[in-house]
Amino acid sequence: MTRRRPGMLVGVTVVAALAAGVAPWLPSYPLTLLTQAMIVAILAMSLDVLLGFTGLPSLGHAAYFGVAAYAVAILTTERQSGFVLCLIAGIVTAAVTAALFGLIAIRATGTYFLMITLALGMVVWGLAFRWVSLTKGDNGISGVPRPDLGLPWSLWGPLPFFYFSLACALVAILLLGLIVASPFGMSLKGIRESESRMRILGYNVWLHKYLAFIIAGTFAGFSGVLWAYYNGFVSPVDVQLVTSVEALLMVALGGPGTLLGPAAGAAIIVFLKNFVSVYTKRWLLILGAVYIGVILFAPRGLAGAFHRRSS
Amino acid sequence: MSRRTIAVLALATFLLALVAGLGTETARAQGGPIKIGFLSPLTGAASALGKDMLNGTELYLDEIGRQVAGRKIELIVEDTEGNTQTALTKARKLVDQDHVHILSGGLLASTGYAIHPFAEAQKIPTTYPVMSSDDLTQRKPAKWVVRTGWNSSQSTHALGDWVIKNTKYRKVAAVAADYAFGWESVGGFQRTFEEGGGQIVQKVWIPLNTNDFAPFLSQVKRDADAVFAVFFGKLALQFMKEYESNGLRGRVPLLSNGTTVDESVLPQMGDEALGTISTLHYSAALENPTNQRFAKAFEAKAGKIPSYYAETCYTNARWITEAIKAVGGKVEDREALLVALRKVELKDFPRGPVKIDTFGNPVQNVYIRKVERVGGKLQNTVFFTYPNVSQFWKYNPEEFLKLPLYTRDYPPCKSC
Amino acid sequence: MVSSEFWIIQTFNGLSYGALLFLLASGLSLIFGVMRVVNLAHGSYFMLGGYVGLSVVWRTGSFAAAVLAGAVAIGLIGIAMERLFLRRLPGQTLGQVLMTIGFALIFQDLALLIWGGDPYSIPVPRFLQGAVRAGALSFPTYRIFIIVVAVVVAALLWLALDRTRVGARIRAAVDDGEMAQGVGINVPTLSLAVFGLGACLAAAGGVIGGAFLGVYPGADFEVLPYAFVVVIVGGLGSLPGAMVGSLLVGLLDNFGKALFPELSYFTLFAPMALILALRPTGLFGRA
Repeated sequence: MTRRRPGMLVGVTVVAALAAGVAPWLPSYPLTLLTQAMIVAILAMSLDVLLGFTGLPSLGHAAYFGVAAYAVAILTTERQSGFVLCLIAGIVTAAVTAALFGLIAIRATGTYFLMITLALGMVVWGLAFRWVSLTKGDNGISGVPRPDLGLPWSLWGPLPFFYFSLACALVAILLLGLIVASPFGMSLKGIRESESRMRILGYNVWLHKYLAFIIAGTFAGFSGVLWAYYNGFVSPVDVQLVTSVEALLMVALGGPGTLLGPAAGAAIIVFLKNFVSVYTKRWLLILGAVYIGVILFAPRGLAGAFHRRSS
Repeated sequence: MSRRTIAVLALATFLLALVAGLGTETARAQGGPIKIGFLSPLTGAASALGKDMLNGTELYLDEIGRQVAGRKIELIVEDTEGNTQTALTKARKLVDQDHVHILSGGLLASTGYAIHPFAEAQKIPTTYPVMSSDDLTQRKPAKWVVRTGWNSSQSTHALGDWVIKNTKYRKVAAVAADYAFGWESVGGFQRTFEEGGGQIVQKVWIPLNTNDFAPFLSQVKRDADAVFAVFFGKLALQFMKEYESNGLRGRVPLLSNGTTVDESVLPQMGDEALGTISTLHYSAALENPTNQRFAKAFEAKAGKIPSYYAETCYTNARWITEAIKAVGGKVEDREALLVALRKVELKDFPRGPVKIDTFGNPVQNVYIRKVERVGGKLQNTVFFTYPNVSQFWKYNPEEFLKLPLYTRDYPPCKSC
Repeated sequence: MVSSEFWIIQTFNGLSYGALLFLLASGLSLIFGVMRVVNLAHGSYFMLGGYVGLSVVWRTGSFAAAVLAGAVAIGLIGIAMERLFLRRLPGQTLGQVLMTIGFALIFQDLALLIWGGDPYSIPVPRFLQGAVRAGALSFPTYRIFIIVVAVVVAALLWLALDRTRVGARIRAAVDDGEMAQGVGINVPTLSLAVFGLGACLAAAGGVIGGAFLGVYPGADFEVLPYAFVVVIVGGLGSLPGAMVGSLLVGLLDNFGKALFPELSYFTLFAPMALILALRPTGLFGRA
């Protein structure tokens, strides 16, 4: 990983520069899709910390994404809170939720971990759906304004908001990249490969996993904050099982444990969904086939496929 | 650069090319077709309603040969998946990429509230044929949005009044779907009913994804004079069945809003629905000539009797074309088109005569109906008509708007 | 309000709902026990079973034929899924999850294509309609029928698992698949059979449940969480766990909705989280 980092860095810079350069010439619809891809990419990368680097398949990752989005929606519509407060509140809510759920989930491994995270995700969904006085239930919360950063450009425009999301995605890539390349990240990979070996070597495996769980939840929350601002609307759809599964698909498609792979996976899924549904009503069939196809033909994701060819 | 980096770059370039391809500008020349963007749930749980909406729209456009004021009409349909986030994305696509002249459709109330700011920001003439949340044309109206359908409490205000004046029911239990549409429908009924001397003695709210009604229905007060129910789709179907099997049918008479026995679910119901008294601005059994013709044509096209979703979208399409005629086909003048949309007034829609109030909501007949079996099929027989009902019932709009929106707890349940 | 009648009726409602959940979840639990597959398409079996049953009732008018046809048809689909796809992914938890959700999406869309989006309700034979009255209380006959069916199915499953050779093999495979294989048990064939049986049970539940829950698009993802909660609470791969879990979930859900409507899902999922915190393998599960 460390060895490859300069290449990665170059890649990220070039892609970001390319996207930033092309953006002003794009009509606003593809631009909003790109924005969506940036935001969802953060979610996919956060899940990759758990799934790809620590080997923990979470089936409830939308929960942390969702609680942060709800925090922003409630604060902006009820209290007219500003961006900084919302950002902090959203991220902290997600981190605290992850810290709480992690206590329950981390004890389990493999399939049990999957089931428990699914169940915990359901708890959040149940609250979003039924705690009507806070979340407005199935109606969702609409009217979330775009943030005012005190910049000369209003983020209501698609272009400024795209740049804003791009900047946020870059910050997330940078921070997550540093984390997974750090000694802590290396230990996570060690745990993924062999938990017992790491334990024998004297590592506190539980603590490592727990921290990874919180970090993943925190970045999912970051993504959720942006998502609330992007849509201007938050509803139980954001925390439902299918959203969690879609995040898993993005990671699997891009290649777990590569960080940038899942980001690309996120972009592909966002475009695929919106692209295919223009041409056919049967896009669910196609999405379903993509799930199955990825597992059968690219079990290590696109990054895995590329990697195999180059080595 | 490593091969891996090249791979990442190749992928990114591909994606950007895809984006650029998506963004290919379509010709926007004057004199091209008039484009109507239509949002409808075509997949997911609400897809049957979406199909009715689309069939109704297409039926009218086909009747006029997809042409108005010398210009072709192009209908661009997008699937919302019954999901507001998707509906918003698709609305952006319709306006930004397809450059539609008019945006229309939508099913969920939350979609309406989410599209409001979008329509205002884009200055795009928009019509809502289905979305019925009261505040869309009451406390939070949007300049660019005209409602061609109805609002939730419009018809239930009338039912509350009718029950007081024509029945002996004075203690009614409300059983309704637990979301804004249910709250507003119950609120409207409660206000006129209680002002006339009745009492709502219980409110039972049933979550939208309920699959077992028994825990809720076994709580309904057996000594109520009647039950007032608000459901739609599969919830309505289940509710009717469970109302019977939980021993309520035959014991407590049933009143309902329009969607509970709407023609979108009525054909799938059995005798358990017989006798239900309901209220809506439409019934497929209306006997005016326009509706008779419409219902026949719709059955020929869709193979089923028209639901209110079908009628309202048929009417919506006609409404839009009337406005286009009024501006002589110059849909590029958005302000003029908007004014025209707000001026449409016709006497012969299938649902009856309609005009529009200053807040952008139709003023129209409300019908009191009863489920009967005619010729082997269930239908909503109309037996009483309230003409020209406004969204404010008989209240002064200003005073009406000073009160809060009908919600779960408003009006408060004083007799519960 | 909270009278003894309330408790009796609500307990009865909870038990009958739990009985339906048992039909749905017992198969999921067995599948998991033998194959360690988290099958997110299990709700789809329930929904598809309901649709197939609906078509059969329309053609033949026979409710029994509908249950049978639904169970057999969906059982075959389950077998095909296991044999052709899932078998390629032994031990790949993530792959199985994504593949089964892929199937769930495809089934959802196919059902829409074949049966349209209208909600339907499966007509019930006359002798199961109406209610049994006891004093001021009335118990819907159909719900009593569901309880009877679940008890019979549970008894048969128990007998099959506990008293037959096949049952012994299944139990051996649940306890330790490799060991079972080692002593000459044909675990792949066993898996296939169990997968088919699980799909059968869910589909039968779909037909029987379709009479009072309805048959409609979206039913698949609506019942799926319930099935998972049952299996998680009861313990993966345990038949007694599935029984106790179903009843517990049926009752919790019912009383939660009746007593604390605002928190109704919370009252279902929170106890589950609690049980997990104390016993990560569920009430009857083994690690």
